[in-house]
Amino acid sequence: MENHKPTFYEEVRGNGVSRRDFLKFCTTMAAFLGLEASGVAQIAKALQSKPRLPVIWFHFQECTCCSESFIRASHPIVANIVLDKISLDYQETLMAASGVQAEDAYKAVMAKYPGEYIVMVEGSIPTENEAYCCIGGRSALQILQEAVKNCKAVVAWGNCASAGCVQAASPNPTGAKPVHKVISGKPVINVQGCPPIADVMAGVVVHLLTFDRIPQLDGLNRPKAFYSRRVHDTCYRRANFDAGLFVESFDDEGAKRGYCLYKMGCKGPVTYNSCGIIKWNDSVSYPIQSGHPCIGCSEAGFWDNGPFYQHLPGVAGFGVETTADKIGVGLGVATAVGIAGHAIVTNIRKHKEIINEPAEGSKVETTKE
Amino acid sequence: MAERIVIDPITRIEGHLRVEIEVKDGKITDAYSAGTMVRGIETILKGRDPRDAWAFVGRVCGVCTSTHSLTSVRTVENALKISVPPNAELIRNLMANALYIQDHVVHFYQLHALDWVDVVSALKANPAEASKIAQSISSWPKSSVGYFTDIQKKFKSFVESGQLGIFANGYWGHKAYKLPPEVNLIAVAHYLEALEFQKEIVKVHTVFGGKNPHPNYLVGGVPCSINIEEANAVNAERLAFVGKLFEDAKTFVDQVYIPDLVAIAGFYKDWGAIGGGLSNYLAFGDFPSNGYNNPESFKMPRGAILGRDLSKIHEVKADDPEQIQEFVNNSWYEYSKGDKTGLHPWEGETKFNYTGPKPPYEHLDFTQKYSWVKTPRWKGHPMEVGPLSRMLVGYASGRADYKEVIDSTLKALDVPVTALFSTLGRTAARGLETKLVCGWALEFYQQLLANIKNGDTRTQNNEKWEPASWPKHAKGIGMVEAPRGALSHFIVIEDQKIANYQLVVPTTWNASPRDPQGQRSAYEESLIGTPVADSKIPLEVLRTIHSFDPCLACAVHLYDENGTHIHDLKTY
Repeated sequence: MENHKPTFYEEVRGNGVSRRDFLKFCTTMAAFLGLEASGVAQIAKALQSKPRLPVIWFHFQECTCCSESFIRASHPIVANIVLDKISLDYQETLMAASGVQAEDAYKAVMAKYPGEYIVMVEGSIPTENEAYCCIGGRSALQILQEAVKNCKAVVAWGNCASAGCVQAASPNPTGAKPVHKVISGKPVINVQGCPPIADVMAGVVVHLLTFDRIPQLDGLNRPKAFYSRRVHDTCYRRANFDAGLFVESFDDEGAKRGYCLYKMGCKGPVTYNSCGIIKWNDSVSYPIQSGHPCIGCSEAGFWDNGPFYQHLPGVAGFGVETTADKIGVGLGVATAVGIAGHAIVTNIRKHKEIINEPAEGSKVETTKE
Repeated sequence: MAERIVIDPITRIEGHLRVEIEVKDGKITDAYSAGTMVRGIETILKGRDPRDAWAFVGRVCGVCTSTHSLTSVRTVENALKISVPPNAELIRNLMANALYIQDHVVHFYQLHALDWVDVVSALKANPAEASKIAQSISSWPKSSVGYFTDIQKKFKSFVESGQLGIFANGYWGHKAYKLPPEVNLIAVAHYLEALEFQKEIVKVHTVFGGKNPHPNYLVGGVPCSINIEEANAVNAERLAFVGKLFEDAKTFVDQVYIPDLVAIAGFYKDWGAIGGGLSNYLAFGDFPSNGYNNPESFKMPRGAILGRDLSKIHEVKADDPEQIQEFVNNSWYEYSKGDKTGLHPWEGETKFNYTGPKPPYEHLDFTQKYSWVKTPRWKGHPMEVGPLSRMLVGYASGRADYKEVIDSTLKALDVPVTALFSTLGRTAARGLETKLVCGWALEFYQQLLANIKNGDTRTQNNEKWEPASWPKHAKGIGMVEAPRGALSHFIVIEDQKIANYQLVVPTTWNASPRDPQGQRSAYEESLIGTPVADSKIPLEVLRTIHSFDPCLACAVHLYDENGTHIHDLKTY
């Protein structure tokens, strides 16, 4: 019994999921991962032949929004698979055992599966004084550094583990640091957002299961599949931006007609995430669609990137935007703070040209690739 | 000789909680509760735009997500004297209702059930018998023999894989588990169903706040606009969606949560006499039906109960410096006037003073400071906050809806009213409250539709949006009943910036260390006398601690590394 490791596919079938639903799941995941049709077969094959992946999920300085988002994964089968089909051997929010029995669970994984298990981290690590986050009498830093020694890879969930999030905002009183700043020698995948979108979290897990390697990452170690597009470029309200149709104050006529929230402080032009594509909670909506500007929660340092309701600088420089790609290349390696001015100036250049055209409502986006 | 037992981490909660107990002759004789993580969000808020505060404090907690954001916008609006339009009040109520439903259901099934339900025992169940029981207690359609057979099969193959995941090292087979295998099987099935259900009801947040967890809020109203002639706003389709989500939620609560709660409670009536703890209960009240500034209109009444005397409701005023005070004598902070002083949040100070052991450590020294949680008191009394307090205040206030659900449940279980003062009472109160909330949500929803039909689509008051319109100095208080209990925020605004921001949070009331008089707070007090069958297996401790639904990230948020006073409000 100990050595019997059922494959992902066996698990799913055992749970009463039909082969058809299983393939549907693979198709959905392939689409989220940006794969072509052949990728579906690859996912299906991988999930049918690979054993379950042992996972240790730590909570450090955090608010548990990542765990909460994780259990919101929208495809019905995803909730089942991700909770049961990876082997989620340590997860403080969900696990039955407490105290010594809980600690034994992750120690067993480390002993039994050296080099095979994944460490997932929710929360930042305090460095000013290790006593600022202790579990079982040991510090977050001690626990993490020991656990990653023999792991296969690290997944940093959310802005806390990826960039320190709110507790690292100025003046960062606890010296909160993201995972990649306190460990070395292991690949770290930063799954950004506060929290990350549920289906993005599921997508990253499936990528690891399917391809047995980490997804392609951008300069900030975020999976390109989900973080290579600006919210601004994928926003369904973009046409209003291009047409110069803006909300001037909350709940004004423009707001009631769904105009662009740029002037209300929208950080979509400097934010890379899938909100406009995958959207939130089963694609029900996303912040802009529900009338609030993007606050940029998938970017490092977004808490200190100006007040939320102050619009980004650079409105004056209207002109033709040459290539959106160039901005993307620059952004991949820059920090969110650094890119703010550059990105917005470039994008707003296009605005002036379009604003002079009459057919405002019917204007179709014509970004050059 | 008493035996000292450490339980750390306490799992199936939010945040980092350590409990140490002393056990003598199979009973807990003493208990200590410690919060072991800090972040310092209040320090970070200083100097920022008050309109941004909701987003920062929203990140205090992602489990009771949205509740701090709601408190924050109320706090800023109170300071700046902003009234929000009726639709905004209703949408905020609906979002808070959705949170209650999601949070309480997840608490019951995902966080608490495994204390009462032996999932491994479900493998021995007779699915036909389980089906019969399920159909006898509820009309929920997922109750056929085939359904329970499939669930059992699924679970069996999971267990046989040898990789037990989140169920590994659980306390399966412990003699304190009392449910028959069939009831365990029903609970396992509903554990999985609840997981599916909870991601639906939060879509109310997604419609109005754009995402969940951490939906968006706005000072002056709500960010979403209403326009029934527009695809890009809250229109008939969006409203119909919200209506359906609440209808479905009511069905789930009435047909799954409540019947399960009553069925499971029936096997654990002895827990109606265990875990009572404190005899004082505090509720700020919430869900305004006629404006937040009119507490008489609240669906949940405000008040305090002392000494379990249900004949008297004491008036609660958060701005009265004599009522709410915080102490740090056992917390890793120090006060300039000495650690035995109590300070109202308006005059509060936070001076960091970590005196605990350097990690790794085996034990905390309870003769000294031992937690990052401060100790709040109401008129000097330790108070329990949360669903039980709210239900008691509602019951003692003579509210008909409260009396009906409480009396009928006591009758169904054939237990006296004193059974409410217990671990079981706390868990039952949470379920009964969810039932009430489902009904109120549908009322608020109908009111929202009626307003729109009558031509009122306003969702935002922009009068005081611009900082130039604000006074030079302002201070405010926001009070909310969070799912876990009475929550209050305090703000001081100076020159359009946050000069001070302070939170007094439900789990701070419940999980705090002892006060200077040596009085225990709710967690510690409730553990005294609890039987412990096997001191190596802390199942009974988890039952009582989980009955409070701990949220430690909320409780611990204060901190200033340099030891400077960050909450000196004496000049106001």
